[in-house]
Amino acid sequence: MTTTPTSTTPTAAGTSLREALQATDRRRRRTDLTMRVLIIAAFVLAMIPLLSLTWTVVSKGIGRLDSYFLLHSMRGVFGGMDAGGIYHAIIGTLEITLFAALISVPIGLLAAIYLVEYGNGKALARLVTFLVDVMTGIPSIVAGLFAYALFALILGPGAKFGAIGSVALSVLMIPVVIRSSEEMLRLVPNELREASLALGVPRWLTIIKVVLRTSVAGLTTGVMLAIARVIGETAPLLLTVGVVDSINFNLFEGRMMTLPVYVYRQYAQGLVPCTDGDASCIPDINLQRAWAAALTLFLIVMVLNLIGRLVTRLFAPKIR
Amino acid sequence: MTSTQPRTAGPTEPVKPGTTARRLRSGHGDRGGSLAFRWLATGAGILILLILAAVAVFLVQRAWPALTADPSELSDAISWFPEDTSLLGFVGPLIFGTLLAAAVSLLLATPIAIGIALFTSHYAPRRLASALGYVVDLLAAIPSVVYGLWGGLVLSPIVQPVWEFLGTYLGWIPFFGGVVSPTGRVMMTVAVVLAVMILPIITAICREVFLQTPRLHEEAALALGATQWEVVRMAVLPFARSGIVSAAMLGLGRALGETMAVLMILSPGFLYSFQLLAAGQQQTIAANIAAQFPEANQTGVATLIATGLALFIITLAVNMAARAIVARRKDFSGAN
Repeated sequence: MTTTPTSTTPTAAGTSLREALQATDRRRRRTDLTMRVLIIAAFVLAMIPLLSLTWTVVSKGIGRLDSYFLLHSMRGVFGGMDAGGIYHAIIGTLEITLFAALISVPIGLLAAIYLVEYGNGKALARLVTFLVDVMTGIPSIVAGLFAYALFALILGPGAKFGAIGSVALSVLMIPVVIRSSEEMLRLVPNELREASLALGVPRWLTIIKVVLRTSVAGLTTGVMLAIARVIGETAPLLLTVGVVDSINFNLFEGRMMTLPVYVYRQYAQGLVPCTDGDASCIPDINLQRAWAAALTLFLIVMVLNLIGRLVTRLFAPKIR
Repeated sequence: MTSTQPRTAGPTEPVKPGTTARRLRSGHGDRGGSLAFRWLATGAGILILLILAAVAVFLVQRAWPALTADPSELSDAISWFPEDTSLLGFVGPLIFGTLLAAAVSLLLATPIAIGIALFTSHYAPRRLASALGYVVDLLAAIPSVVYGLWGGLVLSPIVQPVWEFLGTYLGWIPFFGGVVSPTGRVMMTVAVVLAVMILPIITAICREVFLQTPRLHEEAALALGATQWEVVRMAVLPFARSGIVSAAMLGLGRALGETMAVLMILSPGFLYSFQLLAAGQQQTIAANIAAQFPEANQTGVATLIATGLALFIITLAVNMAARAIVARRKDFSGAN
C-alpha cells in the first residue's frame, strides 16, 4: 500500500469519514478507473467492426440493389456486362431454407416436447439434452459433408440438388429449434397443465391446446431466429447444392443457386479484365453484385431477427 | 427408461376395460392419442441420437477409401495431394492451421468478451444494459459470408499497415516473423475476423454467469470498502471462472469450424508455420474442404471427408469438454 497520510481526524462521522476513507489509497482508485476505462473500451472496440461492416455493406450494396437486380438471374451474363441479378439465388435460398424448416421444426418441436413433458429426469432425456448441446457445435461444413455422404449412399456419388442442402441445413437447425422451444415450454406454468389434466383432458390434447398455445409466441421467435441462423450458411450449400446461373424452381432436381453462395461466387470471380475504351465493361461488376447480394442477405437476416423479437414482445402471454 | 415401464404398464393390467376402469386408468397410463403422441415425441428424441450417430457413421463410411488407401495411390489420383506423404502427413498441417487460427482468435476475443460482458452486467446503466447486449448479439446474426466479404475487401487493406509495423518492429517474435504480406490476406487478419465472429457467443455466456454472482458476495465486498473493480476481481470473477472457461471453449468450437471467413481471406499454404503475418503459410480444414470439394474426384472427395472427420472429432471433443465444465456447475442454467 502507498503511504498516504491518513491522519485526517473525522470530526463528524458522515461525509468527512467518507473523504478520509476515499483519500487513503490513490493506487486502488487509479486501478479502478483504469479498469473502468478498459472495460468501456472493450465494448467500444466491439462496436467498431459492427458499424464498419454495416456501413460498408449498406453503402457498397445500395448502388446495385434495384428491382432489375432482384428480378433477373445470371443466365447469359458474362464478362463485365452491366447486367445480371439474384432472382435465381433468392428462389433457391427461400425454397431450401423453407424445406429445411419444414424438416427441422416438427422434429425439433417434438423433441423439445419430449424433453419437457415426458423426459424429466430419465436417462434418455439427459442423453438427448447432452447430444443436442453437442450437435449445436457441429461445424456447418461437416453438416454439408454428412448430407453429401447420406445422399451419395442412396443415389450414388455426385448428386447435387436443393433438398440435400435442406438436409444439411436442418442438421444445423434442429438443435437450435430444440434449445429455444425447450426454454419456452419450460416457461409454461405447471398450474395450467394440472388444471387441464384435472378437467379430464388427455395428456396430448393438454400439450397441444394448452402448453403449445400458451407458448406459441416464444416458439415462433425461436423458429424465426433458427431460420435467420441457417439462411446465411454458405459452406454446406456450396458442397451439396452447387452453383448455377439460371432459375431452378425444383428442389429435387438440378443444382440451385443460393444467396450466400452467390456472394461467395461473385467474390471469387473477382475483377474482370476490360479492354480499354470499352464503356459497357465494368471491371468490378462482380464485386458490386457481391455487395448488393450481401446487402440483400443482411437485410433478410436483420428483418427475421427483428420480427422474431417483436413477436415475443407483442404476443407473449402475460404470465407474471 | 426401464424404470418407467412397470409404472405405465402396471395399472392397466388388472383392470378390465369399461367405464370404471377408464376412470381408474386416467393419469399415468396413456391410451390412444396420448400414447401415439408420447411415442411420437420420444421418437423425435431418439431421432436426435440417430442423426448424430449417422453423421459419424456416414462420414467414416465415405472416408473409408481414403483412410485405407496407399499414400502413393492418393497422390496419383489427386492433383493437390502432396507426393511422398501419408494421409496423416496431409491432414497434419491442416489440423495445425485450424488450431492456430482458432487459438489466436480466442486469445484476441476472450479478454474483450469478458470486458463487454462485465460492461453489460456491472458497469452499464441498467436501462441500457439489455439494449447493448442485443446490439452485441447482432454480431452473431450476420452471415459468415458477409464477414468474409468484409474481411477480404475492407479489413485486409486497413490492417495491412499495422501488420507491416508489427513485422518491422516486433519481427523478432516468431509469430510476427517472415515477410509481411503486402495484401493483408494472412492468418492474423483471419484471426481478427474470427474473433469478431465468436465474440457474441463468449459474451452471452459470460454475461449470464456474471449476473448469477450472489448479490451478498458483491455487497459484502462493497461493505468492506472495495472499489467496483475490486468487487469484480474478488466476487464476480472467482465465481465465474469455470463459466468463462466453458464460454471460451464454446467459442473455440465455433472458430474451429468456421469456413467462409477463412476461405475468402486467407492466402493458403500447407506448412507448420507460426508466421501469422506472412502469406501462403497455413490453411484450415474447413476452408480446404470448401476450396477443393467442388472440383474433387472420387478419391479427392474421400480424402476431404477424412479431413472433415478429423475436424468433427476435434470440435466434438472441445464441445464436450466445455459442456462437461458447464454441467459441473449445477446452478448454471447454460446459456446458448
